[in-house]
Amino acid sequence: MDMPVSDTPAQAAVHLRRIERRFGEHRVIDGLDLDIAPGEFVALLGASGSGKTTLLRILNGLDRADGGEAEVPAAVATVFQEPRLMPWKRVWQNVTLGVRQADARKRALRALAEVRLSHRIHAYPATLSGGEAQRVALARGLVREPQLFLLDEPFAALDALTRIRMHALLLELWRQHRPAVLLVTHDINEAILLADRVLVLVDGRIAEDLRLDAPRPRQPDAAAESIRQRCLALLGVGGLPSHSSH
Amino acid sequence: MIRQALRSMPTRARATGRPRELGRTLALAYRLALRLASPLCILLLWELASRAGLVGSHIIAAPSQIGSTLWELLRSGELADHLLISLGRSLAGLSFGVSVGVALALVAGLSRVGEIAVDAPMQMLRTLPSLALVPLFILWLGVGEAMKIAMIAFGTAFPIYLTLFSGIRGVDAKLVEAGRTLGLTRLELIRHVILPGALPAFFVGLRFSLGLSWLVLVVVEQVNATEGIGFLAQDARDFARTDVIVICLLIYCLLGLVIDALVRALEHVTLAWRPSFIKGA
Repeated sequence: MDMPVSDTPAQAAVHLRRIERRFGEHRVIDGLDLDIAPGEFVALLGASGSGKTTLLRILNGLDRADGGEAEVPAAVATVFQEPRLMPWKRVWQNVTLGVRQADARKRALRALAEVRLSHRIHAYPATLSGGEAQRVALARGLVREPQLFLLDEPFAALDALTRIRMHALLLELWRQHRPAVLLVTHDINEAILLADRVLVLVDGRIAEDLRLDAPRPRQPDAAAESIRQRCLALLGVGGLPSHSSH
Repeated sequence: MIRQALRSMPTRARATGRPRELGRTLALAYRLALRLASPLCILLLWELASRAGLVGSHIIAAPSQIGSTLWELLRSGELADHLLISLGRSLAGLSFGVSVGVALALVAGLSRVGEIAVDAPMQMLRTLPSLALVPLFILWLGVGEAMKIAMIAFGTAFPIYLTLFSGIRGVDAKLVEAGRTLGLTRLELIRHVILPGALPAFFVGLRFSLGLSWLVLVVVEQVNATEGIGFLAQDARDFARTDVIVICLLIYCLLGLVIDALVRALEHVTLAWRPSFIKGA
């Protein structure tokens, strides 16, 4: 089935209706509807195999839906769980990769300054720490001036302290550039900390769509805790004490 | 001795950091000496055995005799002539072989159709010991230069093909995906992601090919040749000149080392991004 991919008007950055994706007999995405407003920060939770990655791959064009309609902005950037930098290119060259503007290098340096890596622009990726490499990946997304920023568990492989810093950095970049963000994560606390909306994907469909209005930076409070419990229940791990992660 | 040298350095130079450089050079020399110690001992034992009459010169000549013959060959320019001829043949064959290997690997590696067309025949042909083809190549191309160069080309194409093909196919699919999300076209993907990713494998193939080119050379230069290192060795065999034979073997060794160093240098430049090189630098 044909998927119109176009610059959507201001009312929605992402507009998905009845999206389906099958692998053999298995429906990974099964009639999924999703709207994301421009500049909205959405977190997507889901157990392994719930179709999170497939949904992301449909949004960034790595995969096609078997049915339904999808409107996605032209400028989409993706940050993966691993930085996926080209090891043979220096940091700034990784950021300019695929940037068509004449002043690509200048733009790259600006983006690298925003993620506070101006001192590492000539480094090879093998010499970066995990957090630095992921910041380069953020800069590489940022330099494309995305209307939709897809983040596929970008902080899952980082240590806890680095993750806290990356959360703050991500919020700062988001405020500065206001792309629509879809953050896929396993970490309910991360979702509650960062997002305007938390979606829970179950069996290829959005099972829950929770709005969070608390101002950032957020503290764990009763409202957050009740959202936490609802998400956990939907993910099939309900009724556990609040500090166990599974 | 090292310490003495350091102590005799004027203090001003030491302040400018030159002694550190000197120290590094000395450390390098020391390591080299350590590395050479055992081979030199073996050489000494060999010389002693020859002098004592334990090993006759029809078995193997004494190192000293080999040395003087080498000097003769060098002085008369005979060795240089043979060497240049051999190098020329090797380079000519290699350039054909590497070009063909690279071209076929690109065709097979970058497209399914190409793989179907190219890979099966290449995998079948590669099982042929290339030296067994000498009779056929003689029938086709005669016993002259064309046959020799064609044999080298044939032998060296396969390592390049095999390693580059698997290198291309082995490029991390996640990087290719990342490249696609960055909006790279197919050509850009090949240029910025696939080929750089396959380069380390290519160098492995290049080393094999360079080694093979000499192997093939040794054999084909014994067919109707009047010059070249292989000829020199064969000629020496006819006159039981073990000293000349050993010199030819040494030349082969030396060339192997030189070629290896060249490839290493090339890798150092083109694969500077690899963690091992970054740390070494």
